[in-house]
Amino acid sequence: MAERETTYVAAIAEGAKAILAEQENSFVAGEDVAGAGGVFGSYRGLLDEFGPRRVIDTPISEEGIVGLGVGAAATGLRPVIDIMFMDFMGECMDEIANQMAKMRYMFGGAATLPITVVTMSGAGMNMAAQHSQSLEVWICHLPGLKVVAPSTPYDAKGLLIAAARDDNPVFVVMNKLSLRNRGPVPETAYEIPIGKANIVREGADLTLVAYSRMVAEALAAADALAAEGVEAEVVDLRSLQPLDTATVVDSVRKTHRAIVVHEAVRFAGLGGEIAAQIQEFAFDDLDAPVGRVGAPFSPVPFSSVLEQAYLPDTGKIVAEARALLGG
Amino acid sequence: MEQPSDDLLRDIHRRMVRIRVFETEAGRMAEAGKIPGALHLYVGQEAVAAGVMAHLSDDDWITSTHRGHGHLIAKGGEFDRMFAELFGRATGYCRGKGGSMHISNMALGMLGANGIVGAGPPIAVGAAFSTKFRNTDRVAVSFFGDGASNEGSFHEAANMAALYKLPAIFVCENNGYGEYTAQANHQAIVDVADRAAGYGMPGVVVDGMDAVAVFETAGAAIERARKGEGPTLLEAKTYRFFDHVGVRGMGLSYRTDAELEEWRKRDPIHMFEARLAELGVLGKDQAAAVHEQVLADVKAGIEFAEASPFPAPETLLEDVYA
Repeated sequence: MAERETTYVAAIAEGAKAILAEQENSFVAGEDVAGAGGVFGSYRGLLDEFGPRRVIDTPISEEGIVGLGVGAAATGLRPVIDIMFMDFMGECMDEIANQMAKMRYMFGGAATLPITVVTMSGAGMNMAAQHSQSLEVWICHLPGLKVVAPSTPYDAKGLLIAAARDDNPVFVVMNKLSLRNRGPVPETAYEIPIGKANIVREGADLTLVAYSRMVAEALAAADALAAEGVEAEVVDLRSLQPLDTATVVDSVRKTHRAIVVHEAVRFAGLGGEIAAQIQEFAFDDLDAPVGRVGAPFSPVPFSSVLEQAYLPDTGKIVAEARALLGG
Repeated sequence: MEQPSDDLLRDIHRRMVRIRVFETEAGRMAEAGKIPGALHLYVGQEAVAAGVMAHLSDDDWITSTHRGHGHLIAKGGEFDRMFAELFGRATGYCRGKGGSMHISNMALGMLGANGIVGAGPPIAVGAAFSTKFRNTDRVAVSFFGDGASNEGSFHEAANMAALYKLPAIFVCENNGYGEYTAQANHQAIVDVADRAAGYGMPGVVVDGMDAVAVFETAGAAIERARKGEGPTLLEAKTYRFFDHVGVRGMGLSYRTDAELEEWRKRDPIHMFEARLAELGVLGKDQAAAVHEQVLADVKAGIEFAEASPFPAPETLLEDVYA
């Protein structure tokens, strides 16, 4: 029998359903998550199945919503909090950065906050500057928080379930342009370990480190490079905090070259951190400086022509690889 | 409305004295350089914490503010562990990682002092949500100031608590100043309680220097919450006898000595003791004995803290994650 396939968005809904089914003290709260099933469809059907006690529409009050999650988690529940677009994190950054991330530490370990925050990142849908950003490094920079970024339907479900089973606050940064992508997704409630990267293509000549939607672009770039006789290894980070440095470094020791690819702006993006770690741990193995492909230092534009110029893609990765290899 | 029994009156008095003596000695220790960092002392506002907390058990939750020692003491905090925390020792409630501004005790239902003005109300809403989700009759009380009532977080929390009919009580301790800015210069209203109307909940003003008035008013709001009738905004008019930070603070000329003296005439402990003596509940000598006993407890707490070890440097990275 062929493996069952679903879309990325259906996988999110399956993950959320599995969490509500297995954890009696869990609930989903956010803007439009109940009656509407989520503006992207991420929670479709959950209100009917679990009722308004467990699936809760909130006012448009991000700070209140995240604070609700912090207070509920500290007092024994396991909230799944939806922040519709990650661009809205500015509205709730105190509750994220000063409360959620630090409460356990400030209290000397006495508080445990098993919160899952689901949010949407990414451009490519003409949603312009305030609904298209990739702000994951904001969260990666905060000790106390974990961050995962699924690239496939399989990962979206498995990482969401892993996040909900984790006793720490975990941000699951979904990608809105991937919502209709299809892929194999088991019907069971499975979990993908947080903190482990996934080698999605093996190769000996170059390591492409990517996450979220850029994994697909990196794989396409690897195909294009293969036609030119270059075998690229593609590492899907899956987890950004904690970061699986060992898998990345092992790959670079084999290939001697690396390019980090992300949709977030290049400056002070995760690529800088990963490049630094590679040179710390594998300096002598490198045959070239670590390359970085990311968005330019600009807000996300609206018009399609500008947006495509803005976005990192297969062509830009291939060009960077050629420069690195030919240089 | 619940009339406090004689025992309860003595209990409230003791809570107030515990706060007053602890804070006075903590101020002394800070000025002597023994307590590092910033210390926001609760002296003058004791009737609020004591009057509210007399209704709560360890299973009820509170969120506090940067001026949080009084709330923790009234909720049952022990002097030795509290001083140890202020002194940055490993035996402190937060193992030396929180200090004055994050002092907390989960076992007592105290979700932390908080260095961010206005951060508490949304967390209290979460705790109230939690008790309702579990179908208990426990409540969550959020203490905050007149200054915090201008933060968006308060308004979002108030709206959500009323919308979901949560067992939350918002206790605004209006001490007339948001840090160093007088209320008239930071909001166009006189009664913060007026803001309750915007969220569909009752708003009540009470004399925050009158422990019995606070007890009775808070009792009604807490009972309402326990019965599932939703939140209340309770505004206690009070005053900070010490400065925003420390005792004498930075010597900024933002309020007059005359104003301070006027409020000191209404010292909540003096007024309460006069009343207790009048009622024959607690005589002058008995009150003095309470002060004496509490001072001895405070000194024992300081001794404990000073004898306690500092945290081992190896504990630096513990408890970042579970």
